[in-house]
Formats: sequence, structure tokens, C-alpha cells
Amino acid sequence: MELSDSSHTNGHEGQPTRRDMLHVATGAIAAGGAAMVAWPLINQMNPAADTMALASIEFDLSTVAEGSQAKVMWRGAPLFIRHRTAEEIARAKKDDSAPDLRDKQTDEQRTMQSDGKAGKAQYLIMQAACTHLGCIPVGVTESGYLGDYGGWFCPCHGSQYDTSGRIRKGPAPLNLIIPPYVYLSDTLVKIG
Amino acid sequence: MSGPSKYVPNSGFEKWLDRRLPLIRFAYDTMVDFPTPKNLNYWWTFGGILAIFLVIQILTGIILVMHYVPHVDFAFASVAHIMRDVNGGWLVRYMHMVGASFFFLAVYIHIFRGLYYGSYKEPRELLWGLGVIIYLLMVITAFMGYVLPWGQMSFWGATVITNIASAIPVVGEPIHKWLLGGFAVGQPTLNRFLSLHYLMPFVIAGVVVLHIWALHVPGNNNPTGVEVKDVEKETLPFHPYYTIKDGFAILIFLMVYVAFVFFAPEALNHPDNYIPANAQVTPAHIVPEWYLLPFYAILRAIDFDLLFIPAKLGGVIAMGGAILIWLALPLLDSSKIKSMRYRPLGKIFWFLFLVNFVILGFCGANIGEPWTTISKIGVIYYFAYFLVILPLLGIYEKPKTPPASIADSISGAH
Repeated sequence: MELSDSSHTNGHEGQPTRRDMLHVATGAIAAGGAAMVAWPLINQMNPAADTMALASIEFDLSTVAEGSQAKVMWRGAPLFIRHRTAEEIARAKKDDSAPDLRDKQTDEQRTMQSDGKAGKAQYLIMQAACTHLGCIPVGVTESGYLGDYGGWFCPCHGSQYDTSGRIRKGPAPLNLIIPPYVYLSDTLVKIG
Repeated sequence: MSGPSKYVPNSGFEKWLDRRLPLIRFAYDTMVDFPTPKNLNYWWTFGGILAIFLVIQILTGIILVMHYVPHVDFAFASVAHIMRDVNGGWLVRYMHMVGASFFFLAVYIHIFRGLYYGSYKEPRELLWGLGVIIYLLMVITAFMGYVLPWGQMSFWGATVITNIASAIPVVGEPIHKWLLGGFAVGQPTLNRFLSLHYLMPFVIAGVVVLHIWALHVPGNNNPTGVEVKDVEKETLPFHPYYTIKDGFAILIFLMVYVAFVFFAPEALNHPDNYIPANAQVTPAHIVPEWYLLPFYAILRAIDFDLLFIPAKLGGVIAMGGAILIWLALPLLDSSKIKSMRYRPLGKIFWFLFLVNFVILGFCGANIGEPWTTISKIGVIYYFAYFLVILPLLGIYEKPKTPPASIADSISGAH
């Protein structure tokens, strides 16, 4: 003798039965439970609380001479703090509307503080990581080719940045990233 | 080619065991009695060689973890400690390091063997696909292993390769941070890479079991590409015929391997990795290990935006696609003939594909022109081989007639 499911639970042919409802409900609970268990197992790999706590630093800009660049560690990776010459600033501003800007930004936007107030044109603060695959581009303080735009040159895959840290040539998609920062005084800056 | 088992338990113990857990029957059927085509050449010995290398890597790896310290301040020094102080540590580390290279050398020969003799065709599509998955797992394992010594190449290789994740639109950056466990490669990254590097070989071993299972159902392909028709006439039991032949090839291969271990252990390594990791200085020239160079060249060849795809994402898609396209190979190759022996044009394109792959490797090791241009041409041929040449060749090529059976091809040879 054959007994089909529906004959147990008095549903009509093709109509959902009480048992179907129980199957779906149980399955949904199991799937929801599995997702809830999975999330902490996945989330544990995100940056830990102590890593997040080290996320802000203060830096005295007067230590960087004009025409040079400091490398400062922030969140485990270096930042460029470049004290630009008047000539470099002029060159950057002149290129504000250049057609080859892949990631359009004016030099003024590049030096803006994270609270939206104007920054200082002579100080350019950026993450020292090429936006292609994360190598540190070569800048003024190192010997070597700086690219056709006088800013930074990434030795890994040849990306070239101008004196405003904007991507001009090569595989990188974006300008060098500006970290969030505000000036605490004329020479003291808080980054992060 | 799995048929009814011919195992006959003899002793009382074998009979007792066979009714409860037929381990001996399983070993007999798969490793002793398994019918294997008579005409396999030495290119068929690399499966066995690969199994040996998986065992070598797992054994030496387990030993290395007994002495290695996964901490950013001690990892580099602990490798030096293994090399200088641990009894025989230098030998175990060099076996592991050179072993990775020879593992990949063997897997490339194994893959190109499969491409030449059409081993990916019906009914071995899943066997081939599982092989591709094993190769992918090997790449991931090797990459994470290379990070552990925490030298300059380790650190910057990890930086560059994890940055690949950030090329994914929208979710790329959160995934990147999730992989690293921080804002840059650091302690959490090193810790989890050791954990996963230890896990992966066992995952590989699991997929290898499926790979061999999928081999033992249809049985081996063979140089003629003609399926076995008469098991009696055309096959030999795996043992002793192929255990001896594989064993001989394994010994020859191991001799070359130990020659490198003893006399040129650093020949395939990059000297920059003996500089401790420094987050503030990128080496002038970042290169992966030799076995990943062709794919690195493909990543770098895409240095231009393509319609709405930025160059960075384009490079990542090309590199990933270069491996994943292997999975579609059984669908793409339209020829009814398996073995390139009987495909006068296919044979030439296969050879060009091999040469192109090696040239891409050289492109991956060098920067600037003319390498960028050559790698672009290389990328075009690489994808054209799968997407244009193999699909069309089956229609336009006039193949030679393969022998009617393996038995015919053997008697014809005399």
C-alpha cells in the first residue's frame, strides 16, 4: 500500500498542506539560525577593537621642511606629508581642469580639511599607497624618477601622480587617498 | 572503468574484515587490480608525482610549524632560527620551499598533458574541473605560505595581492579590510594566513580524493584518446605495471628535486625576501614566485580602461578569468577527436599556447617595454586559444583518423 504525504494531512491534490507549512517554517528557522551562527564566524576577521582604537594620531607639521616629504605611520601604513613649494602648488592648480584627470578633483579640494574648511595649500596629506595595488609610490625625498608630472611614481606598475597626488597615467583608478584630518593649530594636525 | 570487484579474501582475518569494513578490498580494487590502458607514456606519471609532493609538503610543513612563530616581530627571526639552530631545520625548510616549486612544475606538466591529449573531454569533464579547483587551491596555499617568512617580498606580495579584492566595485574595500583584519597587512593578516595555510593542504587532499574517484569511474585517458574497448586486451592491472612505471618516474623527478634542495635551494627564490618586512619601503620590483608569473603578467597587461571597466578591475578580471576559463574548456573545444596526435592544426596551436604561456612568464618577471606590449599580445593569444581557436577548430580542422582501438595502435607499433 502507498501512502502519499497529502493523504495523511487531508489536503487536496496540488494544495499546500499543514505538513508543507511545517516544512517551510522549519527550513526557514534552520536557515535563519545558520546565518546567525555564520555571521560571528565571518565578522571575527574584521579589524579588532584594539586595531580600531589606534586609528587617530597628531603630527607637528613644522618638522617638515619646504620641498620635502615626511612618512608617518597611521593605521599600520605610512602617510605622505608633503610640504609643497610655491612652484609645485602653482603647477597643481594649473592642471585643475586638465583633460587627462581620471579622478577629477581641484587642488583646493585635495587640501581641504575633513570638516569641509579650507586647509593649507602648502601641506598635502595623503595615504602613501598607490590606489592600484597598494605599493608606496616614490616621492621627492627618494632618489628616482617621479613621473612626467613631478609628483609621485609607483615603481610596481608605473602609475604616475601629479604634485597634487592626482592620478595622471598608469593603471591606478583613483587619486592618492586623503585621510580625514583637521588642523588643531597652525602647525598641529590631527589625522584620523 | 570500475567494474565488479575481483578481490578474494584469503586469510581468516581478511574474511572477517571484508564483512565489516572492506578496506583491503577497496585498496585492491583501486591500487592493485585497477585496469589501466597499456599504452600510457611517461607524461601519465605526473599524477603519482603530484601525490608524492602533496605528502612531502604536508609533512615538512607540519614540522616547520613546530618551530615557526606567527608574529610580526618574530616570524622573520624564527625562520632564521629554523635555518641555523633547529637540528636539520635548514633541510626541512629547503625541502618545503623547493618542494613548492617542484609541486607547481609537476602540476603544469600534468595540466599541459591534459590539454594535449584532450583529457578534459567527455566523460572526464568533472575530473578536469576538480583538477582546476585543486590548482586554484594550490595557488592560494602557495601565496599564503610565501607571506609567512615575513620578508619584504612576503609583505609587499601580500599587500599587492590582497589589494586585488579592493578592485571589486562597492564591496571591495570592506572585503579588503576583512581579509587583512586591519587597515594594512599586519599581525592579524600573518596570523590568519598561517591558520589557512595549514588548513588548505587538507582541503586539497579532500579534492584529490574526488579527483581520483572521478578518474576511476571512466578510467584513464590514453595517448590515442580512443577509449578502452576490450579490457582484457587493452589494459593491465595497475600493480605491478604502473606502480613500477610511476615509481621509476617519481624517483627520477625526486633526484632532480633533491639536487635543487642540496645544491641550489635559493635558485628559484627572490633575494629580497631575506630583507625583513618593512611597511615604509616598497621593493623596487615586486614579483611573485616563478610559477605565478604568467598570471601576474596577465594582471599587469590590462593597464587601460575598457568601456566602463577601470584598468584595475580589468586586470583582476583577466587574471581570474585566465584560470576559471579552464573550467569551461570541455564546452569550448568542439573537436570530436581527443588526442592532438590526430589534430594537425590543434597540435600547432597547443604548442603555441605552451610557448605563449612561457613568454607570459618572462613578461611577468620584467617591467617596462617591450614586456608590456608582448604581454598584451600574449593575453590576446591566451584567451583566443580558448574562446576562438578551439571552438572553431573542431569545425574547420580536418583531423587524421585515430586507430580504431588501443589494441590496433599497439599492434601497429610493432
